[in-house]
Amino acid sequence: MADQEGVGAHTVEEALESTLESVDQAEDIVLREAREMGFDEDEQHHIGISLRECLVNAVVHGNKYNSRKKVRLVVSRTPDRLEILVGDEGEGFDVQQVPDPLAEENLLRQSGRGVMMIQAFMDEFHVQRRHPSGTEVRMVKYLPKPR
Amino acid sequence: MSVKLTTRQVGDVTVVDAAGRITLGDGASTFRDTVRDLAAGGQKKMLLNLAEVSYIDSSGIGEMVSGFTTVTNQGGQVKLLNLTKRVKDLLQITKLYTVFEVFDDEAAAVRSFK
Repeated sequence: MADQEGVGAHTVEEALESTLESVDQAEDIVLREAREMGFDEDEQHHIGISLRECLVNAVVHGNKYNSRKKVRLVVSRTPDRLEILVGDEGEGFDVQQVPDPLAEENLLRQSGRGVMMIQAFMDEFHVQRRHPSGTEVRMVKYLPKPR
Repeated sequence: MSVKLTTRQVGDVTVVDAAGRITLGDGASTFRDTVRDLAAGGQKKMLLNLAEVSYIDSSGIGEMVSGFTTVTNQGGQVKLLNLTKRVKDLLQITKLYTVFEVFDDEAAAVRSFK
């Protein structure tokens, strides 16, 4: 694990195995950071579920459980911003190709809701291809200002 | 904690009490197998009590939808009981609140089956 401290900033980086156990491991890391930042329980839940959806995509659809491939997790925080980066070594993924899970004809599909859930729960969500291969997802949650 | 499922009969309605997390891996597959086994055994009226379910991911939601479709295609009904706020929010975000019948009262839910 790489752990870097800066002025008001904190970054944790991990190279995770392509297993479902890594999903739990990543969730523990991210939720610890979210708790320490002061996100409330509902926000932690939203961050945790978004992270799980992202990790599952990387392990199952990206790396296809390939033991030679890793999932890169980078969790960076500043006092008011939590950024999570998840990278896989798969063949790439085009978010535009995911059928709209809210369309009437797709409501009863078994899969395809993960990205939409992340978009609903996080403040920013970006997907880009990695070179030479793979997908990198970056998502951000801002700590609400005190009322 | 993965999911724990127990079933009980209330008249001709099978109530499935679920507790824990319904997520990819053990939780979602246990849930799928239970609903499929009940359907294969001829149960046509299923009430899923999710009062103690703390967490459902998109795989868990997928299994709920799959179970709903399987039972409905066999002429049966699947309804939901006692959703936590988090599960209710998820069903609203995914628009599945419009697909499932949802109840807060078990007796009323049982009476609603035809």
